[in-house]
Amino acid sequence: MLRFIAARLLQTIPVLLMVATLTFFMVRSVPGGPFDSEKSVPEQVKRQIEAYYGLDKPLVRQYLDYMGHLVRGDLGPSYKYANRTVNEMIALTFPVSLQLGALALGIALLVGMTAGVVAALRPNSPIDYLASGLSMTGICLPTFVMGPLLILVFALTLKWFNASGWFEPRDRILPALTLGVVYAAYVARLTRGGMLEILSQDFIRTARAKGANATRVLFRHALRGGLLPVVSFLGPAAAGIVTGSFVIEMIFQIPGLGRHFVTSAFNRDFTMITGIVVFYAALIVFFNLAVDIVQIWLNPKLKFH
Amino acid sequence: MNGLIVGVCPVLRPEPASSKFKFLWLVVAILAILMTGCGRPGTQVERGIRDQILLFGNKAEPQDLDPHVIEGVGEHNIMMALFESLVGEDPKTLMPVPGVAERWEISPDGKVYIFHLRNAKWSNGDSVTAEDFVKSYRRILTPTLGSRYAYMLHPIKNARPFNEGKLTDPSQVGVRAIDPHTLEITLECPTSYLLNMMANHYSWWPVHLPTVQKHGDPYRPGNRWTRPENHVGNGPFRLAEWVPNSVIRVRKNTNYWDAATVRLNGIDFLPIESVDSEERSFRAGQMHTTYELPNAKVDTYKRDNPGVLRIDDYLGNYFYRLNVTHPALKDKRVRHALSMAVDRKAIVEIVTRGGQKPAFAFTPPDTKGYTSRAQLTFDIEGAKKLLAEAGHPGGKGLPPIEIHYNTSENHRVMAEAVQQMWKKNLGIEATLRNEEWKVYMDSQGHTNYMASRSGWIGDYPDPNTFLGTFLSYSGNNRTGWNNPEYDRLINQADCTADEKQRYELLQKAEAILLDDLPLIPIYYYTRVYLLHPSVKNWHPTLLDHHPYKYVYLEALPK
Repeated sequence: MLRFIAARLLQTIPVLLMVATLTFFMVRSVPGGPFDSEKSVPEQVKRQIEAYYGLDKPLVRQYLDYMGHLVRGDLGPSYKYANRTVNEMIALTFPVSLQLGALALGIALLVGMTAGVVAALRPNSPIDYLASGLSMTGICLPTFVMGPLLILVFALTLKWFNASGWFEPRDRILPALTLGVVYAAYVARLTRGGMLEILSQDFIRTARAKGANATRVLFRHALRGGLLPVVSFLGPAAAGIVTGSFVIEMIFQIPGLGRHFVTSAFNRDFTMITGIVVFYAALIVFFNLAVDIVQIWLNPKLKFH
Repeated sequence: MNGLIVGVCPVLRPEPASSKFKFLWLVVAILAILMTGCGRPGTQVERGIRDQILLFGNKAEPQDLDPHVIEGVGEHNIMMALFESLVGEDPKTLMPVPGVAERWEISPDGKVYIFHLRNAKWSNGDSVTAEDFVKSYRRILTPTLGSRYAYMLHPIKNARPFNEGKLTDPSQVGVRAIDPHTLEITLECPTSYLLNMMANHYSWWPVHLPTVQKHGDPYRPGNRWTRPENHVGNGPFRLAEWVPNSVIRVRKNTNYWDAATVRLNGIDFLPIESVDSEERSFRAGQMHTTYELPNAKVDTYKRDNPGVLRIDDYLGNYFYRLNVTHPALKDKRVRHALSMAVDRKAIVEIVTRGGQKPAFAFTPPDTKGYTSRAQLTFDIEGAKKLLAEAGHPGGKGLPPIEIHYNTSENHRVMAEAVQQMWKKNLGIEATLRNEEWKVYMDSQGHTNYMASRSGWIGDYPDPNTFLGTFLSYSGNNRTGWNNPEYDRLINQADCTADEKQRYELLQKAEAILLDDLPLIPIYYYTRVYLLHPSVKNWHPTLLDHHPYKYVYLEALPK
């Protein structure tokens, strides 16, 4: 298993270098630079700033400098927020996104798996239709509709929560719910599908014939196989939840990495964009690896190799 | 801070609890905290009133909190709390009043200013001296700092060559400390709006150089002295907390010389980019003032809640730049025809609806007593005639005019309105081209457009801040237009001490600008935002500055 992990980690390195290289050149090929603003900047001032950040050097030289710093883990200074580095910004904002993502994932799994199992146990019953209908609604409602809707009900009408911000513990609830609901819907559908398939298999019938009670059949025999589709979905989902929360971070004004990523693209904060993309790439690779390990552990048909 | 309150609030703790129920109790306690926020009474706005903490919607995360390296309006709002200039702003008119300087004298030729400083202190207790101002002005002018607003100090003698690196000896710049409490500033030319610039714009505000030096190179960007634990200012408030993208808290500075006047205990600046989120937060009782209000909501507030809606005149002009080098727009008769066919009254009443005023000149009316005598007109018949004279009767022979704007719902609607007016009134076709903000600026900077949506907000209340933008060598011109006579008049006005004569020269210049017409002025801006009625001494001002030392919060009568 260790060899498997080491090999996979080694494969990551060229991937990340490739991502960094592509992003480095792509952000620079877009019109507009980090130091353009509505009021004109005197030419000599712009030259001074560019010289300070090494942007006056030939592009290849800049690239080599950047990669040199990157391999040492230094993502460079932010061009927009002069007194901050990219590393610092990620360290400051990522934990917020992670917290939001973990809560959302928790909600997604708890709600989604319960709904899926319940639906699978009574297929084509009213309860199944209700769970499937709700999860379909969850999938169809985009977060930018769901978020303001929840705010309207719980913050503006019932006044239980704040409409924005990330200050008090209860400020976590609405955003986590908004983000979690979509994924809960997917998890519910996948769980239902997986469970239905497993429950119709011979070994379940055997277990029942042996006289195992329903609870034991469900938790001991069926769940392990029935959740496989959920687990393989979980990798991309976890990455998506943590990296794709920027809409929610905008709506709820959460100081997370996603929101920061989007504004840095608008600002043409080259180092910030490249740094965050590389960081996200590393994160996705990591999640996929974790999922592969869990999958092998759950599914005896697969092996480390 | 909120975390602290939650941390110390009493948690339900049943004793002795049987271990069986311990878990249950924990869940109940956590839920109770989450749901009630510890049962603190009222909304954040109400708590703010009680604690005299103003909750301030401030649009975006500031670049930095160093007055010499920043640009932007949101940054300015924070600077006003943390720093104070030689002269302050009157809370209603924004005209210069004593600040760090108790009084000042101006030489008869208008070129030498002597400021007498009071016993003011920095937030760390050090005295604010004349030398601090000398060092600050030299710092912002130092080329390696790359300050974008250093040009605001160019009226100072030798400031420009020093800033451009042609002069390396900072002592030649016309600023010197006669003694710790007397500062002398020598100008190139009598610049009669000097005090306005000092009062209204942060580029003229001082920094505590020993602090800056302690945390990095003071003459390079990227210094860390602006972190809350390092920051030193001389304003009515000091920096207490800075959580990027979340909040900047400033609290009363007890070392401020006029602390007795300051009634607020602090201000929380909230960087909220999304106008919709901001409006919802206001409704949820989370802020006393918003940065703006979505256009679509203006009518609703007018009808349902006019008490919180504020529409203040704002020193700015919304206009279309015209590319005078484009073959179709070379003839000024065509440009005039396009301008005459735009029904500005309909635009402000139907499209923008935020109390804006139709613009028929570039400088907004009554800018420090100046109103352009030359005025454009709305005249469809005249426009048709001019177009025919230029050889394009009924728009014949003219290619479609492309209207270029940065991606935004408001700008799109405006462009469509103008497109319709040109089509209906003149028979001229127009097409629309929208671009993302930085791409749009790049296109405009390279005059790669025909007509381009623009805005200009004055930096200080003086016609010069508007008319200076169309100097042939100004980076803000971006139309390809140049007129040597215009340049001459503006420069001559800069060196004219007598206000009446100066305005006369500016009148002539604006007349030339409106005759050559490299732009179509559309409306004069207003600031449309929400303000909680508890906020007092918050006056409508042309630059949307509200000197915080006078502002306070008062509970509403029940």
